[in-house]
Amino acid sequence: MRRIISVLLENEPGALSRVVGLFSQRNYNIETLTVAPTEDETLSRLTVTTTGSDKVIEQITKQLNKLIEVVKLVDLTEGAHIERELMLVKLKATGSQRAEIKRTVDIFRGQIVDVTSSVYTVQLAGDSEKLDGFIQAVGTSGVLEVVRTGVSGIARGEKVLSL
Amino acid sequence: MELLSGADMLIRSLQDEGIEYIYGYPGGAALHIYDALFRQDKVKHILVRHEQAAVHMADGYARATGKPGTVLVTSGPGATNTITGIATAFMDSIPMVVLCGQVASTLIGEDAFQETDMIGVSRPVVKHNLSVRHPEEIPEVIRKAYYIAATGRPGPVVVDIPKDMTTPNERYEYSYPKKVKLRSYNPAVRGHAGQIKKAVDMLMAAKRPVIYAGGGVILGKASSQLTELTRTLGFPITNTLMGIGCYPATDKQHLGWLGMHGTYEANMAMHHSDLILCVGARFDDRVTNATEKFCPGARIIHIDIDPASISKTIDADVPIVGPVDAVLKEMLSLVKESRDKPDAEALASWWKQIEEWRAFHGMRYETSPDVIKPQEVVEMLWKLTNGDAFVTTDVGQHQMFAAQYYKFDKPNRWINSGGLGTMGFGLPAAMGIKLTHPEDEVLCFTGEGSIQMNIQELSTCKQYDLPVKIINLNNQALGMVKQWQDMNYESRHSQSYMESLPDFIKLAEAYGHVGVRIDRKEDLEPKLKEVLAMKDKLVFVDIYVDRFEHVYPMQVARGSMKDMWLSKTERV
Repeated sequence: MRRIISVLLENEPGALSRVVGLFSQRNYNIETLTVAPTEDETLSRLTVTTTGSDKVIEQITKQLNKLIEVVKLVDLTEGAHIERELMLVKLKATGSQRAEIKRTVDIFRGQIVDVTSSVYTVQLAGDSEKLDGFIQAVGTSGVLEVVRTGVSGIARGEKVLSL
Repeated sequence: MELLSGADMLIRSLQDEGIEYIYGYPGGAALHIYDALFRQDKVKHILVRHEQAAVHMADGYARATGKPGTVLVTSGPGATNTITGIATAFMDSIPMVVLCGQVASTLIGEDAFQETDMIGVSRPVVKHNLSVRHPEEIPEVIRKAYYIAATGRPGPVVVDIPKDMTTPNERYEYSYPKKVKLRSYNPAVRGHAGQIKKAVDMLMAAKRPVIYAGGGVILGKASSQLTELTRTLGFPITNTLMGIGCYPATDKQHLGWLGMHGTYEANMAMHHSDLILCVGARFDDRVTNATEKFCPGARIIHIDIDPASISKTIDADVPIVGPVDAVLKEMLSLVKESRDKPDAEALASWWKQIEEWRAFHGMRYETSPDVIKPQEVVEMLWKLTNGDAFVTTDVGQHQMFAAQYYKFDKPNRWINSGGLGTMGFGLPAAMGIKLTHPEDEVLCFTGEGSIQMNIQELSTCKQYDLPVKIINLNNQALGMVKQWQDMNYESRHSQSYMESLPDFIKLAEAYGHVGVRIDRKEDLEPKLKEVLAMKDKLVFVDIYVDRFEHVYPMQVARGSMKDMWLSKTERV
């Protein structure tokens, strides 16, 4: 099952490599990984999506918690949560394609953020399925380049992950 | 406040931490530190002949005393040579701080002479590692390193020290922090009261209980609590290879150790139990055999300081995270207060069954009129040392024979590389123990394969006068490899045969020690007595033992705990 694990990490050199190293040492999957400092500059927030049985996920969270630099973590998929990923896509856009792409972008509530005579660059945010859905809708043949940030997530409601 | 250079601060920090000995080897990046070491006499440095041995020495010291060991090496090869030793300590949760020189911070990343990314290289095999980024940080980094190494589930901590952090002419204010505060590291100090209560109720209701104790009991200094609880409950107890000595081996409630080469009665009792109380052990694959066939009727209570050890391979019904001594103490007082008592009738019939298994006697070997059996060497030394020696081993058949036939009644006396299985561990570990226990007998059981992996340390033994006794069970082969080849590869002895062995007697003598060869059975006892009488001499005892002996019992691969070979021909 796919899980989103959100980690508060000491913002120190080497901390990220310890997290990444743990996944490869123990043969766990990383599907996406995002990391950036938080409003508290001593902390980074790291979001990792992974798959595994409940037993594997339990081990992943326990092993992460053992890392000295991991301050706190939560498995967002255990409760209601919001997940978002940002995607930038360069699409071939000539002739009648231009209007069609514009319509599709509007339907997916994306934005065209850069334009040339033959290329649109589209920005789209949403959960991973929505981004996949967009690529499917425009068709892979027109896609020139895709860059995705990986998943970020936050719990719904009043639950917060903080110190 | 006093002004000190980084190097002086480092050594002063070690003094303030109460470190008596460090084991190491100098080199370019560590020279400022070695100079600071030279200008004081509180911290004593032991110069080894290979950095791996320094780590094993620190490890032996830590296992025997319960205090963290300390290693000091230079950058590059000095640091990478410590890796096997660090991994050994990591697998067995041994507290240790390894101080590594590093090239100057201005050179890092430039492939400078003797530069290795030690933080990166050591990452998978340390509890934590730290690098010094400013000389002023040194006291705090050192305090943190020892704190992390010794608390919670212990383990090795590497500290990487770039050379410019220890420059002699740059001085800073020194003060050693009294406390460390790490917001992200808070090991449990007691177990969950509700879980402990639940566990006690289960203990009282059990019909066929077994206590399964591990190295965590020794690391957690909980042998006396475990012994008292076991005696109060009247339950059978077994322990892992790492747990040897946590409960007196000669006591009647003790079933011997369990697992791949454990006793018949311990493995049978585990398999047929209805309740397992696991204390500071981790259901390692050398214990459980095939996990899907593991103890089908047993419910499991698992006490461990490390939550990640719980339900990692075998699911626990009642997990209890906490220090074993505190949890056992609480359990014991609940057991004593409880109006319920263990089910005496069920327990009596359980013991009757266990005694039948014990009478069947899986732990046996055939003696021969003329060939020396490795097992009898161990048994004889157990008797001759009154079961009171510190015993280190290397890895292989001799290690299993030593564990099976030397009966340990005290913790911290059985010292082996259980998790990583490191050949070359035994001699340096014995040296680390002898240094701090000069009056005690220290035996190193080894084989002609393992001993050659750190034989250069005979030179260190001469320099520091470390009269350990090396008991080389010489079967002229890599015995355990050969055993597996006999059992699984139709006796194709691929590379398990050691031709051109050195003359160990001359070798010992070349290093300034005594060598004794024993190859006749009738010489065994008198010569071993002579060896033990040479209190102030390192004696290398080269004993020619049966070349064809196998270690039994041996669990059948991919079977359950009860599936064992008891000899070359008997399978149960």
